[in-house]
Amino acid sequence: MKKKQLETYCEKTWCPGCTNFAILEAVKRAVLELEKEGVKRETLAFTVGIGCHAKMFDYLNLNSFYGLHGRALPLAQGIKLANPKLRVFSFVGDGDIYDEGISHLIHAAKRNADIAVFVHDNRNFALTVSQFTATSPKGFKGSSTPRGSVEEPFNPLELMMASGATFIARGYALRVEHLKDLIKKAILHKGFSFLEILQPCITFFDNRQFYQERIYELKGPFSKAKAEEKIKEWDYRNGKNKIPIGLFYKAEKPAFDELIS
Amino acid sequence: MSKDFSILIGGGAGQGSRMAARLIGEVFNFLGYKVYVFEAYGSLIRGGHNFSQIRATTKGEEARKKEIDFLLALDKKTIDLHQSELKKSGTLIFNADRIDSKKGLGIKIERIVKEAGGKPIMANTALVSSFAKILGVDWDVLQAVLKKEIRHQIGLNLKIARYAFRQCDSLIKIKRYRKKRTSLLLTGNEAVAYGMARAGLDFYVAYPMTPSTSIMNTLAREDLGVRVVQAENEISVINMALGIAFGGKRVAVGTSGGGFALMVETLSLAGQSETPILIIESQRGAPATGMPTYNSQGDLLFVLSAGHGDIPRFVIAPGDAEQSGFYAGLGLNLAWKYQTPVILLLDKDISENTFTLDQKVFEKIKIEKPLLWNKKGEYKRYQFAKNGISPLAFPGQRDVVVKNTSYEHDEYGITIEKAELAKAMQEKRRRKMERMKKEVEKLPSLAVYGNRNSEIALVSFGISKGAAVEAAESLGIKVIQPIILEPFPQKKMKEALSGVRKIFTVELNATGQLAKLLAQNGIKTAGSILKYDGRPFFAQEIIEKLTI
Repeated sequence: MKKKQLETYCEKTWCPGCTNFAILEAVKRAVLELEKEGVKRETLAFTVGIGCHAKMFDYLNLNSFYGLHGRALPLAQGIKLANPKLRVFSFVGDGDIYDEGISHLIHAAKRNADIAVFVHDNRNFALTVSQFTATSPKGFKGSSTPRGSVEEPFNPLELMMASGATFIARGYALRVEHLKDLIKKAILHKGFSFLEILQPCITFFDNRQFYQERIYELKGPFSKAKAEEKIKEWDYRNGKNKIPIGLFYKAEKPAFDELIS
Repeated sequence: MSKDFSILIGGGAGQGSRMAARLIGEVFNFLGYKVYVFEAYGSLIRGGHNFSQIRATTKGEEARKKEIDFLLALDKKTIDLHQSELKKSGTLIFNADRIDSKKGLGIKIERIVKEAGGKPIMANTALVSSFAKILGVDWDVLQAVLKKEIRHQIGLNLKIARYAFRQCDSLIKIKRYRKKRTSLLLTGNEAVAYGMARAGLDFYVAYPMTPSTSIMNTLAREDLGVRVVQAENEISVINMALGIAFGGKRVAVGTSGGGFALMVETLSLAGQSETPILIIESQRGAPATGMPTYNSQGDLLFVLSAGHGDIPRFVIAPGDAEQSGFYAGLGLNLAWKYQTPVILLLDKDISENTFTLDQKVFEKIKIEKPLLWNKKGEYKRYQFAKNGISPLAFPGQRDVVVKNTSYEHDEYGITIEKAELAKAMQEKRRRKMERMKKEVEKLPSLAVYGNRNSEIALVSFGISKGAAVEAAESLGIKVIQPIILEPFPQKKMKEALSGVRKIFTVELNATGQLAKLLAQNGIKTAGSILKYDGRPFFAQEIIEKLTI
């Protein structure tokens, strides 16, 4: 494997046309730009959970740990504690981190662990052939809920604000340049960075048109009160409201690894 | 003639009986005796009934004794519950401010404290001091012990002790022996903390769970160069630990059976991703929440087989504090040598009871360097090494990409599903297991006690070893203590069993788990002496239950 290459030799097994390809592209652009700005590639390390998002591990030729379902964030926090010089981030899925690993998300934000979290939110469990997750809208028809799920979704950004995250953003998989900027900012932010990426699942939950009609770009970050208001503008039910993307909130606070040493 | 004192001190939770027992233990240690302190308490913070039983001997027995020579009562409940255990020749010493008793020796310890200007909790200092005087201990000895052990308000405590000391008369004159300069008292958990620190532990990650919690507390309190992280649950604990090891730092986690159960999926990840980790599992009353502050050795088969898939692992079960310290250090080194999980299996009485140990044991522990990448050629995290051990590199190093993974993988760590590659990687891990098997035969993986020529052997592990040895010595038979249980030291066991006709296991569980492990290794047992009421063995019980 050539160490200069940013991609590995691994054959890509996402569905043809999967929007994860767009996220991969944004990440690659972000890494190359960061390198130009002086961030050495060997100082990057990432972790993944289990799900479609996690294939990033096999495709990116960077230090990484392929963890268990829901457990990418404790792994990432451990890496940061062991070597604070590394810039550590995690790719996670909605089922992965809003269902299975939700406690780790809340506590990583609470302790302001200096890691960046990129959530590939396709709003269903795709790799297990479509079941509802914590952000699927009520009435979602998956293989376990053929008549529609009975649960309301939650708004993960609201949860992150309540948990103490110091960087809260939302991107859209198909706005690659915009997403690349958010990824870079999240990696460079000192403290817990949360980036929710709306990622249409073209096979099981193709809401590309829904998003394209509603998404607009914010000029953040905002004050806490204003950010909270903006976060609540769309609540993950499939309503008529506009969907803001961009950086909602950013705050400076000592990071966990600085306090624990 | 050998000496053997049994002293029980009891009171309500919060009255300080445990601290008093430690002080009495230290007095005996100072006088050259070997000390074992058994702790009993309930799952509550205030009230209830706590007691500590001190066994001070010249031979070094490490088990409780049924009969008591001195009963020290801070409250009435202690007398009600334990006076039947007091020998006819024994002495009752009680808190005369709270208890009205015609028998025994009443001391107004609370009044002493008040008159000396102390706080109510210092009543145990007055009791210890009175007791020392009764034993005929010199003031200099008591003073030295108090100065060493009491961290807060030593002046006031000494004043109270001196006052109490003067008010009592000596009943006996205890014999003093030459103390080994390097002998000290530690709980198993304290010894584990020191042992790991000696082996270069960088981080300890845990979620509180009795009886493992005092490992975390010791490391947090003492300046041993170990950073302590308390995470949100045991799943986070062990995953964070794997991240730390991946980052290149030495790490251990600690819990009990229930917490370990939560860690098990990640145990499998440690095996698959070949990430070094030391896991301390201190057993307690089980199943489920069981009896949290009582003991059992019921997790043996669980830790031996926990985790999905074939995982290389060491399981090590020390049987006292000295072994706990030594094997904690060894375990951490083995984890890094073989890049695999090592489980240190303790139990409640090993963890929380106090033992005399020789502190030289810690000098035997060295930081062993793991196999590191030689920086030649291209780095492959899972290189098909002959002995199954691929060199380590860490993120942040120049010219390397390190990929650890939970999926089946090729040499770089990239996910694969091809039959041949999958088979080759399974076989790489199996070669590592073979190597570990050989290593176990070279390590001190079992210990033999008692009459080495006996045709009858007790096989026991963990805390049960102490009572088994005491029983065996009085019966003139042999005890074999397997310490490394996985990989099982087959050759060493065969040697230890040569000439033995009948084997009995001695263990704290209801189904004879150690006997099952022996059977798995082709060793037939004649029977098992089992106990499963939460309490460790008395030697006498083993003698009575043994039907040779």
